[in-house]
Amino acid sequence: MTKTFTIDGQAIPFVDGQTIMDAALMAGVYIPHLCHHPEFTPHGSCKLCSVKVNGRICSACTFPASEGQDVVNNSTELNGDRKRITQMLFVEGNHFCPSCEKTGNCQLQAVAYYLNMLDNHFPFFFQTRQLDASHPDVWIDHNRCIFCTLCVRASQQHDGKDVFGIAGRGMNKHLIVNAESGQLKDTDLQPDDKAVQVCPTGAILIKRTGYQVPIGQRLYDHRQIDQVSLAASGSRPSAAFPPSLAVATEGGHHEP
Amino acid sequence: MQDFIESVVAQHGGQSTRLMMILRAIQDQYRHIPDAAIGTLAAVLGISRSQIIGVVEFYHFFHRTPRGQYDVLISDSITDRMRGKQELLAYLSEKLGVAVGSVRADGVVSLDNTSCTGLCDQGPAGLVNGLPLTYLDLARVDALCERINARTPLHEWPPEWFAVSDNVLKPGLLLASPISAGSAIQSGFGRGLSETLAEIDQSGLRGRGGAGFKTATKWRFCREEPETERFVVCNADEGEPGTFKDRVLLNSHADQVFEGMTVAAAIIGAQRGFLYLRGEYLFLQQKLLAILANRRQSNLLGANILGFGFDFDIEICLGAGAYICGEESALIESLEGRMGIPRNRPPYPVSSGYLGKPTVVNNVETFMAAAAIAVKGGDWFAAHGTEKSKGSKLLSICGDCARPGIYEYPFGTTVRAILADCGADDVLGVQIGGPSGTFISNQELNRTVAFEDLATGGSFIVFNNQRDIFKIVQNFSHFFAHESCGFCTPCRVGTALLKKQVDKIVDGHGSAGDVVALEEICSVVKNYSHCGLGQTAANPVLSTLQRYPERYQDKLKKISYEPGFDLDGALETARRMAQRSDAAAYLAQVGEDHD
Repeated sequence: MTKTFTIDGQAIPFVDGQTIMDAALMAGVYIPHLCHHPEFTPHGSCKLCSVKVNGRICSACTFPASEGQDVVNNSTELNGDRKRITQMLFVEGNHFCPSCEKTGNCQLQAVAYYLNMLDNHFPFFFQTRQLDASHPDVWIDHNRCIFCTLCVRASQQHDGKDVFGIAGRGMNKHLIVNAESGQLKDTDLQPDDKAVQVCPTGAILIKRTGYQVPIGQRLYDHRQIDQVSLAASGSRPSAAFPPSLAVATEGGHHEP
Repeated sequence: MQDFIESVVAQHGGQSTRLMMILRAIQDQYRHIPDAAIGTLAAVLGISRSQIIGVVEFYHFFHRTPRGQYDVLISDSITDRMRGKQELLAYLSEKLGVAVGSVRADGVVSLDNTSCTGLCDQGPAGLVNGLPLTYLDLARVDALCERINARTPLHEWPPEWFAVSDNVLKPGLLLASPISAGSAIQSGFGRGLSETLAEIDQSGLRGRGGAGFKTATKWRFCREEPETERFVVCNADEGEPGTFKDRVLLNSHADQVFEGMTVAAAIIGAQRGFLYLRGEYLFLQQKLLAILANRRQSNLLGANILGFGFDFDIEICLGAGAYICGEESALIESLEGRMGIPRNRPPYPVSSGYLGKPTVVNNVETFMAAAAIAVKGGDWFAAHGTEKSKGSKLLSICGDCARPGIYEYPFGTTVRAILADCGADDVLGVQIGGPSGTFISNQELNRTVAFEDLATGGSFIVFNNQRDIFKIVQNFSHFFAHESCGFCTPCRVGTALLKKQVDKIVDGHGSAGDVVALEEICSVVKNYSHCGLGQTAANPVLSTLQRYPERYQDKLKKISYEPGFDLDGALETARRMAQRSDAAAYLAQVGEDHD
């Protein structure tokens, strides 16, 4: 017999061991998220996927589904607070969408649009962050890193490498690479590594590909992130992503 | 360096879980963790550079660039500030010729702030090369600077500078009648372990760290886990500003604390235990090691304890300046040699804790009480306190009172009675449970210390009517922003935004709407943060805003629009670059609409 719980009143089937996020994605229910990717161990840090489980706020990506749970996802209150959390990410780093080559393919930007974020709301921190352009094919713009650790996890869990790590505490948190020099060029990273493809923002980019897909034809230019995300997970119709588009969007086809 | 590191690693059995202790030894040797050491360590321990760098950069007491031969840290707890810490620090900085947060050019001395050192009853306090300095004043600072400049070794400094007193002023249920070594183990096995767990249950003992989870329930959950390798951990990472009771328990009652851990281990079936001691309590380490050695000699630890066929031993792991490690799952991460980042729950430590094995983590005072209950029985303990909060509570009382120190009360005692005992007659309010707890005003002194009313891990800070609540809130908000581990967005960014917003209002730049904006940040940080740190980080603002809304409003400028920042302040960089200080380089800050 199938077990179920409800999200906003809709019955969601699940099997033991699944999180609320796993079950929701399979059932075609979108819960906003940035640090989550179904192929990697859930992290639970961005807090965009906060839902109310029997009245208590939990991260859908880490909280186990169980029989009869009453989950609130798409409420005005939650979406309002998710917008605030997204705005926190925007003011923490230095995100200039109009001049970023990831625009239109960026999950951070797409989530912001989905949540109807129209301004930064909070004061900017204007932190000084570095670039690492040392690698011949890949560069890191630390201004755009949101510490989702997807690259850390993808490198370890998919690529069989251990290129990235996170160091520091609080607002001094930063992405580091495993090389004595601290530079990307001295790692074994390759541009087709999952760790490169999985970055939800413009923090890790492949060189010389930024504008191959013109603005207007990018992943989120005509569809909201909920549609893209659900299409990419589980029941994804293969026709949804013509190979040409999939290749040209720098890993947008990996979007969960 | 290679040889040194290899020998340190060998002393720790080559285990990467001992990374905190290994890094401490390297930091002591080189006054920082050199890059070369990171590479060597990664190779020798078989872990990644990024794990080591992550740990080094996470903990306040580890550094990637050299500290001075004398590394001086001054405690920035609100109580130290109330005893003149800021003036002392400024004086120290000038006398030593070193800016706060930096190392003097000759490498002799470095100076910085640090979070509460657990010496609030004898502050202003600090640490020099990890050792506590108490009762600092101008005269002592003068003498201290002389010794630093003359490079006098620490062991030639007057020992009274390092003296830490217990200041037990009111012993109660536990402190007045300590048990003798071995008696709880004897009673526990004599009665039967299941029966002893039933006594702990009967006692109603709840966790003394503040959260108040029922101890017997925690132990039973752990005991019933199918996995047979289990651990006992004593949380001595007493970091809540204003708390220092564990310092006293470990200084004077460590045997009983270790005995409580041993009884817990027997009941849950653990063979290994850890005391996670906050780095600020380094001065207790040798004494505690000697007590552990003595217990092994007396067969109270080790193999076949007292002939009961039970093996158990305890290791000490030192923290390195991270408040977050008081959170039990962050503490476990730290014990495993990683950054102190709280885990996702479930699973809880009782089923998946240290190395993924069932683990009981309890506060120092909880183990102390459990040992006494094992000897004297559950009814003895449950006869004290209230219906929901049995037994007694140790309070670390400090701030504006005549007699700061340790006081033990039955739960249910009123704040008023406590204030009378410690000699506080001029009271604006009391911070109960530290910054993460509650601020109560002098209109609420009939409230009681109990889980059902004012829960506290022990911190009890008194403020008199001369104190400015905004200075208190500001200090606490800065504390949380400094101590946020940075794992989740709402806490990492939210505590930094709270700090900014509190500063804006306290410094007089707030205008209409800024209190509402403050409340909004509080709500996101409180409701969406990953762990207790973030969930309580807004408490200082929320509990004072609730009590003194008019004081917040009075701080705001009477202008109808909202400058997002201090216009004139923002020109400071430009003035510096243009080397201008003439009147025309300053903006008359936004004028007020009226008056």
